[in-house]
Amino acid sequence: MKSCLVVDDSKVIRMVARRILEGLSFEVDEAVDGKDALDHCLESMPDSVLLDWNMPIMSGIEFLRELRKTEGGDAPVVVFCTTENDMEHIREAMEAGANEYIMKPFDSDILEAKFTQVGLI
Amino acid sequence: MNDADFALLAKILKDRSGLILGDNKTYLLESRLVPVAKKHDLDDLDGLIKAVKGTTNELLLFDITEAMTTNESFFFRDNTPFDTFKAHTLPALLESRKNTRHIRIWSAACSTGQEAYSLAMILKENAALLANWRIEIIGTDLSPKVLEKAKSGVYSQFEVQRGLPVQYLVKYFSQVNELWQIDAAVRAMVDFRPGNLLTDFSLLGTFDVVFCRNVLIYFERDTKSEVLGRVSKRMPDDGVLFLGGAETVLGVSEEFKPISGQRGVYIIDR
Repeated sequence: MKSCLVVDDSKVIRMVARRILEGLSFEVDEAVDGKDALDHCLESMPDSVLLDWNMPIMSGIEFLRELRKTEGGDAPVVVFCTTENDMEHIREAMEAGANEYIMKPFDSDILEAKFTQVGLI
Repeated sequence: MNDADFALLAKILKDRSGLILGDNKTYLLESRLVPVAKKHDLDDLDGLIKAVKGTTNELLLFDITEAMTTNESFFFRDNTPFDTFKAHTLPALLESRKNTRHIRIWSAACSTGQEAYSLAMILKENAALLANWRIEIIGTDLSPKVLEKAKSGVYSQFEVQRGLPVQYLVKYFSQVNELWQIDAAVRAMVDFRPGNLLTDFSLLGTFDVVFCRNVLIYFERDTKSEVLGRVSKRMPDDGVLFLGGAETVLGVSEEFKPISGQRGVYIIDR
C-alpha cells in the first residue's frame, strides 16, 4: 500500500483528500502546514505528497525546496493542489521539483488522473 | 414523456447519427434537450416533442441530434492508445513511409479536439525525428458546435486537468483569463472538418492511422460493420485502427484484425 501525506491548512480539504485517496487504496497521513509536513517527512518519507501552496508558518513551495534538499527527499512524488492557478505559479512549482499540479477546485477524477500520470496508481 | 415520445426522439437520433439511445437515458433527454427547446422558443421538453411530430424543420432536428451526440472528451484519454501510438505505430510509420515522408492521421468523431491535439503534442515531442516530414491530422465530427470549440483550442481548467500532464500544459498552452488555449503551432497541425460517419467520407482521402474510439459502442451491429467497412476502404494495407477500450472488430468486421500485444489496435486484413 502506497502512502500519501496530505498537507493543507484546511481541515475540510484534508478530509476530502483523505477520503478520495483512501478510496484509491492509499495510506494517508496529514500535516497542517509546511513545517509540520517537513517534520513528518524527516521521521518517515512518504511515497507521495499532496501539497497546498498557501499555509501559515511554512508555505508549500518552501516545504518542497527544503524537502528536495533533504537526504532521501527526492524520492516522494509531490503533487501540488492549490488555488494558485496561473502559469507563473505552475512553472515555479515545477522548477522547485513538483511532479504534478492540481488547480483547485478538484474532484476525485482529477486527483485519480493526476496520480495515475505520475505512476502512483 | 411516454414511450412513443421516447421512441420518436430515439429514431431521429438513430437516423441522423447512428447513435442508439438506451432506455435508461431519459435523464439525458431532459438535460440536453431543454436548452434546445428554449432556443426554438418552446416551453419545455413536451413542447419540443409536440413540435417535432411531423416537422420538416431541419434546423430543429439538427439541433436535437447535435445536443444528444455531444460527448465527453479528455486529453490522452485512457493513456494506453497514445503510449502504443508512440511506442509502436509511429516508429513503424517512420520506417515504412521514409520515402514519401508523409503521414495522414484521422481522429474520427473528434468531439472538442482533445484526441487530435494529444496526437499533435506527441508528434511535437518527436519533432526531431519528423523534420521534413508532412504530417496531417484531420479531425471530423458531425457537430459544428464541438468543431468550433476544437478549432479555438480553448479549454476550461477542469478540461486541462483530466489526462493532460502538467508539463504539456506549461509547454503547449497559454492562459487566457480563466481558460487555457493550446498554442497556435499545435492548432495549425490539426485540420477540423464537419463529417458524419454514416455518410460518405471518401473525400477525406486515405489515412495511415485512424482513431475511432468510443463511437461504435453507440451504434447497432449493422451500422458498426458498415462504418468499419467504409473506414477500411480509406486505409492502405498496413493502415492501423485504434478503437475504444470497450470496442472490438471481432464479429463485426472482416476487414481488420487485432495486432497482438497492442490492446484495442487493429490492422487492415484484406
